[in-house]
Amino acid sequence: MCLGLPGRVVEVVDDRGTPMAVVDFGGVTKQICCAYLPDIAVGEYAIVHAGFALARLDEAAALETLALLRSLGSVADEVGPGGAQAMA
Amino acid sequence: MKYLDEFGDPELARGLVEEILARATRRWTVMEVCGGQTHSLVRNGIDELLAGSVEFVHGPGCPVCVTPLETIDRALAIASRPEVTLCSFGDMLRVPGSHQDLFQVRAQGGDVRVVYSPLDAVRVAEAEPGREVVFFAVGFETTAPANAMAVVRARELGVENFSMIVSHVLVPPAMNAILSSPRRRVEGFLAAGHVCTVMGTAQYDAIVDDFGVPVVVAGFEALDLLDATRRVVAQLEAGEARLENAYERAVSREGNPRARAVLAEVFALCDRTWRGIGTIPRSGWRLSDAYRDYDAELRFDVGDVHAVESPQCRAGEVLQGLVTPDSCEAFGTTCTPRRPLGATMVSGEGACAAYYRYRSAGMTVRSPGRG
Repeated sequence: MCLGLPGRVVEVVDDRGTPMAVVDFGGVTKQICCAYLPDIAVGEYAIVHAGFALARLDEAAALETLALLRSLGSVADEVGPGGAQAMA
Repeated sequence: MKYLDEFGDPELARGLVEEILARATRRWTVMEVCGGQTHSLVRNGIDELLAGSVEFVHGPGCPVCVTPLETIDRALAIASRPEVTLCSFGDMLRVPGSHQDLFQVRAQGGDVRVVYSPLDAVRVAEAEPGREVVFFAVGFETTAPANAMAVVRARELGVENFSMIVSHVLVPPAMNAILSSPRRRVEGFLAAGHVCTVMGTAQYDAIVDDFGVPVVVAGFEALDLLDATRRVVAQLEAGEARLENAYERAVSREGNPRARAVLAEVFALCDRTWRGIGTIPRSGWRLSDAYRDYDAELRFDVGDVHAVESPQCRAGEVLQGLVTPDSCEAFGTTCTPRRPLGATMVSGEGACAAYYRYRSAGMTVRSPGRG
């Protein structure tokens, strides 16, 4: 139950005053309540828990983290040879 | 999918593994609080890849696992009543009570239904006014906003045949209890990222200050967990203790203020017994006085419940990080996900289920060299 998943908003709808959205989770779509994230827009990504959108995913922050990790990768290359042989 | 694939990049993961192994001068003990993170660590083999430098102690962040046996038994008693339709998240159905589980109640004619969201339970109540619809509301700060909105919505819609069995638990008091234990081994934390999407990060300042441990907010993908572990190890190696956020794409300092406002209105702090751990003061939420009329345990008198734990099950020690799942004699023999003795073997977030699923099939991961 406690698994939060990122999904993309494909449609926003109103259910008797409650903001809802159709959210696409990699091909599976579900109706999600957006009462806690009422300004989320079509095309944006949200973390969804138990049918509720709880947080908007910030693309700039995601790209920044990936850039940081890439720069670390090059540092690790300089640290020495060897390395992870298997990564599931 | 976007935000999943990039954060599972094997190339970047290798770099992070090397970085951690190269930087660690000793083996550090780090707890990942959330059961979802336990599953991701074990599934990706991260705990084995880093075994020389980091021991991951699996935390109590599995709501199914820590829900007290007495509460399960009361839910079973309520579900057995002929007028009741009990709605629950799917993973509660197989959790063993003292004598049976919700599947068995259903097999005996009880009306037990699985829902994806607590709002679905409110819809069932609206559609079937002749039934008493009870939602089994367990979980951490992540599920609580959904459960809180269910009673808010029921009141707005005038749905009176809806109530909830509430057994919410909170992460920071559990971290406090773990750090206060005389058997404390944990030197740093990976904080549960999705709890922080709701509650923000400020609540960990006191833990960092009071106990001098690094706390790094972590996401759930391989790179998220490796990056957060890298940061914890860097702090430990430098003798520092700070709060860091390694899940910035989803977590802000203030969390979700709308959700927090509704939580404050619907729930009130209470002492809570954690299955396998014991009572932790002010570690749970019950319905607030304003919403007590939706409390199923007040609506249905189930009398005295005498809970009986399995004498074989060591889930309590697993939940406290004192033993690993595979050191239990029942693991994989008398205790399997199909016939679990304890809740840690049931849930998609339980540590025993993670070991059973990803380790017992002879899966091995080669450890990298030290460079």
